[in-house]
Amino acid sequence: MSVETTYPFDQQVITQLSQSLKEPDWLLADRLEALELATQLPLPKVEQTNISGWNFTNFKPYTEESPVQIDQLPDHVKSYLFDEKSGNLLVQKNSSVVFKQLADELAQKGIIFTDLTTASREHGDLVKKYLTQAVKKEEHRLAALNAALWTGGVFLYVPRNVEVEVPFQSLFWAAGENVGIHPHILIIADENSRVEFVANYVGDDLVSLNNSVIEVFVRQNAQVRVATINNMGKSAVEVIYRRALVDRDGKMEWIIGDLSEGRIISDNTSYLNGQGGTANVKAVALGVGKMRANITSNIHHFGTYTNSDIQARSVMKDEASSILNSITKIEKGASKSDGQQSGKVLMLNPKARGDANPILLIDENDVKAGHAASVGRIDPIQLYYLMSRGITKEQAEKLIIFGFLDQVISEIPSESLRQNIIHVIEGKFGA
Amino acid sequence: MSVPKLTIKDLHVAVEGKEILKGVNLEVKGGEIHAIMGPNGTGKSTLASALMGHPKYEVTSGTVTLDDQDLLEMAVDERARAGLFLAMQYPSEISGVTNSDFLRSAINAKRGEGNEISLMKFIRELDKKMELLEMDESFATRYLNEGFSGGEKKRNEILQMLMLQPRIAILDEIDSGLDIDALKVVAKGVNSMRSPEFGCLIITHYQRLLNYIKPDFVHVFMQGRIVKSGGPELAERLEAEGYDWVKEELGIEDEAANPTA
Repeated sequence: MSVETTYPFDQQVITQLSQSLKEPDWLLADRLEALELATQLPLPKVEQTNISGWNFTNFKPYTEESPVQIDQLPDHVKSYLFDEKSGNLLVQKNSSVVFKQLADELAQKGIIFTDLTTASREHGDLVKKYLTQAVKKEEHRLAALNAALWTGGVFLYVPRNVEVEVPFQSLFWAAGENVGIHPHILIIADENSRVEFVANYVGDDLVSLNNSVIEVFVRQNAQVRVATINNMGKSAVEVIYRRALVDRDGKMEWIIGDLSEGRIISDNTSYLNGQGGTANVKAVALGVGKMRANITSNIHHFGTYTNSDIQARSVMKDEASSILNSITKIEKGASKSDGQQSGKVLMLNPKARGDANPILLIDENDVKAGHAASVGRIDPIQLYYLMSRGITKEQAEKLIIFGFLDQVISEIPSESLRQNIIHVIEGKFGA
Repeated sequence: MSVPKLTIKDLHVAVEGKEILKGVNLEVKGGEIHAIMGPNGTGKSTLASALMGHPKYEVTSGTVTLDDQDLLEMAVDERARAGLFLAMQYPSEISGVTNSDFLRSAINAKRGEGNEISLMKFIRELDKKMELLEMDESFATRYLNEGFSGGEKKRNEILQMLMLQPRIAILDEIDSGLDIDALKVVAKGVNSMRSPEFGCLIITHYQRLLNYIKPDFVHVFMQGRIVKSGGPELAERLEAEGYDWVKEELGIEDEAANPTA
């Protein structure tokens, strides 16, 4: 029945990689098990998008890079960073972490912020307890592939009762012919802690694959905000599974900017496991050229009194096409819960395509839930109105588009993050 | 600056293949205020929209020039930058775009790159004009026309006119749906623009507005063209006696048999 998937690398490559990084034995065993799964498991099931022809196998699995200073980063890469002199920051180029920095005072509070490889050596028990527990390698081929091949990555641990005001930042920069990267981010916010994390993914047009995982553990009454901005090039297949497990009274907030230009599977899923948990999603996608995206925001309510809100907006230009899935699932027993969602697509060109799928799955009576979805084009009368005031067609379209996105972008709490998303979007219209 | 001049010659306009304007001739110059009056459905608003370049209206023949430039050759935004303004009967609502962002974009579009208005100057101007129009400060930060009442939208149209300082403005039924206080405010705004460098074409059903904005010329519009012109006294007679005497004088049978938007 099932056909084994073959890759241009084998156990030996992974073993050498793991040993050269001096990883603990359990991790190597884990990786080899994941590789085995990656050859056998099917691709993930993605609503309304046929991914069977996408390239998940042909890429360079490991591209080593030398450390750099922030000043040496090219401007288009550096522009993603803010407060880079003082900030808590990790930069990964291709397979290697090339820069990391953590303020002393945060280290003294017991915060761990380092690459995942180092963490596996220095905080093995903690890493072992949480790694691949939110996104399990048994789920599908791509999760297994990430578990087998991840390099660099981020480990962020915030101890109990510690609140951090400044966001932690990470930047994943992929460059070069046929490069494949597999960043893995693991965030643990212990009880009553608060933390904000930003991950940027940037890549040039030669890169083949970005297969990323973000796992977030929001312990009791903790608050976590994770923002990701993805801007990979035209040839790249991008897979990003983000997942949060939220305990009692915990709060998870996702801010997602899918701005890549190739083929995209973007998934953010939150499990509200404990009573009183909250998950909010603000997702913006912009497609240009022949971008193909399947973007899913998914919230599972298990605990009573849990709240969620999904706000997703997608703007499709040229021949781009996106499927926007918003899924709110309220399980039996999750009474007094409230799940809201709104997904809207704006298409700018006759050849642009978009779809918004609102999915409410409610197995409990005593809940509130609501959804809104729309797919449309720019209203020519609106355009006429703006132009009648002397605004050029191009500028008028831009006003309407940013107006469309405003409901999400204006809610982004960090000014620098908001500005950067606007900056990247503006850049796409300039092209 | 030169005195603006809008010249319309034998203008014919169709909507979805149906001819609405059937030979309009009119000249509006700086310093002049013209009023076009007429029963509903005679094509008054079609004239306004066609001059601005609304996508639905097709000019089938005739010429329109603004300061001797061919207006009909220009795109909508070029017409505006050449100095034409239309206060619309039904302004669009645009979510997510604040009134002030919109106004600043419009002003800067006209001023051109490298010559943008400074934020301070813009705010000063906006405050001044909003005060004149008795508009609440919150209008600046509200989304463009979204959730505005009919009267608020009309006031916002006049605010845009004051900020953009056009050479020729067309006010399309700016008075409909306004109570007397709002009407006075709108008139105050229009009157503040009066100068040799500003010409205005007011389209209305009601003579009421013309008590507050004194027109120099009044034109009666029927069957897709101007059928009679005169001074302010013409508006007063129309208000007192209606349109029947005009129809009789000109031998027009039944205007209502040809209703159009």
